[in-house]
Amino acid sequence: MSFAVNMLTRSLNVFHLGGSACNNCDIEIIDTLTPRYDLERFGITLVGSVRHADVLLVTGVFNKKSAIRLKRAYREAAKPVLVIAVGNCPCTGNMFQQSYNWDEPVDKYIPVDAYLPGCPPKPEAMILAVVKLVKKLRGLTLPKA
Amino acid sequence: MPFVRTAWLAQMTKKTTIIPIGPYHPLQEEPEFFKLHVEGEKVVRLDIELGYNHRGIEKLSELKTFEQTVFLVERICGICSTSHPLACVQAVEDAGEVVVPERAQYIRTVIGELERLHSHMLWLGLAGHFLGFNTVWMWAWRYREPILELLELITGNRNHYGMMKPGGVRRDIKVEDLPAIRKTLADLKGPICLFRDAVTDDPLIHARLQGVGTLTKQQAIDYCAVGPTARASGVARDVRKDHPHLAYGRVDWKVITRENGDVFDKAVVRILEALESIKIIEQCVEALKTLPGPVDSNPREIKAGEGIGTYEAPRGEVFHYIRSDGGNRPVRHKVRAPSFMNVATNQTTVIGQSVADATIILAAVDPCYCCTERMAAIDAGAGRRVWSSAELIRLSQAKTAQLKKEMGVEGPRLGL
Amino acid sequence: MKAKHMTRDELLERVKGGLGDKILRWTEKSARRIYVEVKPEDIPEATRFLFKELEARFSIATGMDTPAAIEVLYHWAFDQFGLMFTVRTKLNRDQPVIESIAPIFKGAEWIEREMWELLGITFRNHPDMRHLLLTDDWPKDKYPLRRDYVKA
Repeated sequence: MSFAVNMLTRSLNVFHLGGSACNNCDIEIIDTLTPRYDLERFGITLVGSVRHADVLLVTGVFNKKSAIRLKRAYREAAKPVLVIAVGNCPCTGNMFQQSYNWDEPVDKYIPVDAYLPGCPPKPEAMILAVVKLVKKLRGLTLPKA
Repeated sequence: MPFVRTAWLAQMTKKTTIIPIGPYHPLQEEPEFFKLHVEGEKVVRLDIELGYNHRGIEKLSELKTFEQTVFLVERICGICSTSHPLACVQAVEDAGEVVVPERAQYIRTVIGELERLHSHMLWLGLAGHFLGFNTVWMWAWRYREPILELLELITGNRNHYGMMKPGGVRRDIKVEDLPAIRKTLADLKGPICLFRDAVTDDPLIHARLQGVGTLTKQQAIDYCAVGPTARASGVARDVRKDHPHLAYGRVDWKVITRENGDVFDKAVVRILEALESIKIIEQCVEALKTLPGPVDSNPREIKAGEGIGTYEAPRGEVFHYIRSDGGNRPVRHKVRAPSFMNVATNQTTVIGQSVADATIILAAVDPCYCCTERMAAIDAGAGRRVWSSAELIRLSQAKTAQLKKEMGVEGPRLGL
Repeated sequence: MKAKHMTRDELLERVKGGLGDKILRWTEKSARRIYVEVKPEDIPEATRFLFKELEARFSIATGMDTPAAIEVLYHWAFDQFGLMFTVRTKLNRDQPVIESIAPIFKGAEWIEREMWELLGITFRNHPDMRHLLLTDDWPKDKYPLRRDYVKA
């Protein structure tokens, strides 16, 4: 079955991988699960293994140690898998670009499908990003902003 | 960060039973932060590997101006987001002999204490999750949200508030926002008191946490532990009392200590501190109603010299040292987070303990989450990985369930 | 008399008396900030005196590369007086070596590992010297906090 069809028939499995982070994005991701924001109503399920993931949520800057984990995790993920860079850190390196322990933004070594800037992005922004991505995959058009 | 499928939501709609799912890595050679060596079910050794979060912030700070570096250090840790800026600006002010207006000191105190409140509640929720007390977890996340909303109201952001600068604070707290602070605190007091009573007297929690992961007073001193980790072992050190600064010397509150140094005492210290935080904020809010004045002394230069700033973060003393050469950037900026001292104590507190208690013992010093996420237990003889992070959490939850059955009790009732 | 029963003046007199002529320089920047300089070889004894006898709290140590020397600052706290008492020593830039204080108390172990890997300071007789933060294959002799460090 094609990936696109899968999107129509079941919920998205999301695996979260945190890099070298301050954890604010990670905490806000958990916040999106609380009843107030409730990400699961959009058909999102968090899974415990990257092998079962449709979507890889990536947070934090990836320093020399944690970049190795990300590369491995991406290799382990069943393809196709979508990657969402959550927060400024994985998108650009944020304010750590000149660090002696950081080499390059995440999209230089794994393909990124969506960039969600913010420091941290608010739960509403995270939900919007996921909704946009899901709608895109399901071939629905989005109204002009 | 371990994720649990919205268990309580399912519970509320009576659909499915709770299945905790957490991250674990299928790769055997994955380096772990905490590698527990076990013989049978007993932990005989702990290896700690750091560096996954090391971003070279001290060196980066030398490229920033004194005002810019505050934004940099804010992002050292998301949950100690204002503690690092508070220590940093005080170090700069110490070096440059900068005076801070009184109104700014009260505002700094309010923000710092609001952070302590939501940080302790986050920890309590996490502890509840690790132990399998899902009502505790539900309680924490529910009552934490209003504090974040309050912070958004007064600072503009739920996290990374950007409030601190050398010389004072970046924005004032409007008098018309003070009632919102009072109301949020008033709505919190009851639930926290209820939580305190439900948890501190609960026989299941006593059985589960008392005598677990004990750090003796002497060990706390030998490791130079700080914060609740030290205070739970009877070492009464608290930067707010010992090195009076901000508004702490002007309001009435007490340092919380316990004697046993076990996980139970660490939890009790945090619960009681949360109530002291409310007391502190209420008094500051009262003062802010009428205290006039600027909130920023707007220093134009930091003279050459060196300065030290410390602040009692939710985890303990944060230490910043700054050397200035009269320019507008630090020549050296040393940062020491409280967890740097406290995480090392794990090397003694898990030894001889059951692997089912490892998760909660490691979490009891309240480190950054990414640390507790990366645990694994290794068979000391064979060197094979036996239990992953998620499995260790499940073991911990299972132990609670077993105790529950044996004792015939329900666990804390939180009126949710 | 135990340190905890002394007044601030008595404590400082005891410190001066105990450190004696090890003190190369004594600077009181303010009531709560004192900086003292000693020779590197006097650090272990000064440490034992402050930690064991006077029960000061070790907050952390700062290593710093300056044109003249590699400085190590040991930041002690006398919490009962809100006093930060820093002991500074200066090491030769070409061969920065000093005795480890980790054998005296556990709280010093990790920071010495960090100062070695970021500044290249050798801590003699450290019980467990190895990388703390950087990867194990970090290039030798490349110390990020040195002034002449260039990112690879």
